[in-house]
Amino acid sequence: MKENEDDIIKNITENEYEHGFTTDVEQEFIPKGLNEDIIRLISAKKQEPQWLLEFRLDAYRRWCNMKMPSWAHLDIPPIDYQDIVYYAAPKSDKDRPKEIDPALAETFEKLGIPLHEREVLAGVAVDAVFDSVSVTTTYRQVLSEKGIIFCSFSEAVREHPDLVRKYLASVVPAGDNYFAALNSAVFSDGSFVYIPKGVRCPMELSSYFRINARGTGQFERTLIVADEGSYVSYLEGCTAPMRDENQLHAAVVEIVVLEDAEVKYSTVQNWYPGDKQGRGGIYNFVTKRGICKGDRSRLFWTQVETGSAITWKYPSTILKGDDSVSEFYSVALTNNFQQADTGTKMIHIGRNTRSRIVSKGISAGRSQNSYRGLVRFTKTAENARNFSQCDSLLIGDRCGAHTFPVIQSSCPNAIVEHEATTSKISEDQLFYARQRGISEEDAVGLIVNGYAKEVLAKLPMEFAMEAQKLLSVSLEGSVG
Amino acid sequence: MKKLLEIRNLHAAIDGKEILKGIDLTIGEGEIHAIMGPNGAGKSTLSAVLTGRDRYEVTEGEIIFKGKDLLAMSPEERSREGIFLSFQYPVEIPGVSNANFMKAAVNAHRKAKGMEPLTGGEFLKLMKEKMQLVQMKSDFAKRDVNVGFSGGEKKRNEVFQMAMLEPTLAILDETDSGLDVDAMKIVAAGVNSLRHEDTSAIVITHYERLLDMIVPDRVHVLAGGRIVHEAGRELAKEIEQRGYDWIINR
Repeated sequence: MKENEDDIIKNITENEYEHGFTTDVEQEFIPKGLNEDIIRLISAKKQEPQWLLEFRLDAYRRWCNMKMPSWAHLDIPPIDYQDIVYYAAPKSDKDRPKEIDPALAETFEKLGIPLHEREVLAGVAVDAVFDSVSVTTTYRQVLSEKGIIFCSFSEAVREHPDLVRKYLASVVPAGDNYFAALNSAVFSDGSFVYIPKGVRCPMELSSYFRINARGTGQFERTLIVADEGSYVSYLEGCTAPMRDENQLHAAVVEIVVLEDAEVKYSTVQNWYPGDKQGRGGIYNFVTKRGICKGDRSRLFWTQVETGSAITWKYPSTILKGDDSVSEFYSVALTNNFQQADTGTKMIHIGRNTRSRIVSKGISAGRSQNSYRGLVRFTKTAENARNFSQCDSLLIGDRCGAHTFPVIQSSCPNAIVEHEATTSKISEDQLFYARQRGISEEDAVGLIVNGYAKEVLAKLPMEFAMEAQKLLSVSLEGSVG
Repeated sequence: MKKLLEIRNLHAAIDGKEILKGIDLTIGEGEIHAIMGPNGAGKSTLSAVLTGRDRYEVTEGEIIFKGKDLLAMSPEERSREGIFLSFQYPVEIPGVSNANFMKAAVNAHRKAKGMEPLTGGEFLKLMKEKMQLVQMKSDFAKRDVNVGFSGGEKKRNEVFQMAMLEPTLAILDETDSGLDVDAMKIVAAGVNSLRHEDTSAIVITHYERLLDMIVPDRVHVLAGGRIVHEAGRELAKEIEQRGYDWIINR
């Protein structure tokens, strides 16, 4: 039995990352390092208005006085922020390319993200971000007929400055935390979404992030505003080439949901996780937060996290409007030497607000996987309710699963329920499946997907299939 | 008679302790062999070694199945070659439906034979047909593998899976244990309906009762890690009346 488990661990580390290729395109970089001149240079490259430059500089000054957070259950090697390139872009016609570089189109094609509208997945509009810039946004015409804005963040700054100025940093202030401050100072591109009053977005909106260049960081900024009574479902996916060095990804996502509006935000995060010895991989330090600002507004998070060497991420909701609702459904899989500290915060302020947390952690290899959650009820959150369920699944005996749930209630009639389980894929289960002719890898895939199905069911269909495959691939060779 | 399985001088140990001490057993195509014996005789070890369970170490001897070296194959390869074990204690797999589980199994078998996987429709049709064989209710397909199943349901599920995979050698390990007479009848009827000229079976049991319903060609008595006696079906009756001591102490 012991020997078998050793094999399990040995083999689990032999999986391959299938998005690990690089693309040869001519790229434009700015010098390494971070200071006020670099920030001015980024802002100038993007031809930004003065107010945005001021915003960046203010964030930078705050960041200089902050310390990297150390409370997470993560072992983060020191990061030299002066050794990172903060802006890299495919070289092409000055501003936005009219024609997509064929090498780029091919890259996204390989990743299954076609950029030409006629080939795009039916009913999914895509914004593709390559290193620091957005290379294309599809279906814009169709969307604009309904008054929907879906474009790169840089474009939104130019074309819709009032909207951007009104909502930028309204949910995640520049000095919110160390990585949010860093992002606010150097963010390069990302997606902007605005759904007007009463409009139901007719298709899935999707952003696809790709880190390609060596030695660069990616700092995207996403802002989604759903006006009164509107609806949108938004998805993001991420990949990066295999490299020995670590690369930094520090994104900020802000979501504003007004009265009676609904936003679904789904993530399939598959940044390069590093090799089986734990070399390389993305440091994924992300701040995602939404506010259910209006009464009866709804915000649903779904995340499937399989990538990154280190993940530090807590998509959170402020339930301000009365009767507002938020859900957080998460699968976080770690393998080899990956570390994840992820979870959510549900801050109940409005009356009759409801939240639901379903977190499924899967740990294999020598990885460490933590759930960290905060459920807070302020005095005003009368009759608010939360239900939390945190499950951990262990594969092998060298990995770790941890849960850090915190509940704070200042409201006497708020109700909170918390359930937690820890289980292990047993040798008996694997042998039973193998005796039926199912290979060990397929058996692990079946069991893991069965374990995660409650979360996968929340993803839009095409992405659920993708995520299912991803879970199996990430555990390939996990048993022997 | 054509040989299907040939076990020669099989010795096997667990944690360094020898359990099987030289087993010789030959099973021909279409034959049913019963293996009886007291507790601790090595009956379950024999089924574990035949199916390739890791924790058992074969220290001597060989097993030839369909002319091939069985011991060189992984458990899943043995399954695809046609060896099926009806588990004494079927395992629960939460989150995985019976339908998904069996679809993975059937298609793995088909792939090994160079056949295309079954479509969803074809699979469900096959599944429905085989479910009737063991009188499974229609919600069975959606339920998680063995989760919340009664003892009888678990054993019927084993026979159902056997019907789906159509093995050439079925090993029924204490399939009757924990079953009442009615459940045993359903299980036996299921097994008998799968009998045909190229399906062989090893029925491991404590009791003669199941052998009234699944009639064996030969009965072997396993004791102390060796086959100490073998005879025709009448031996089962005799053991029921007289116990094992008269055989072991001869």
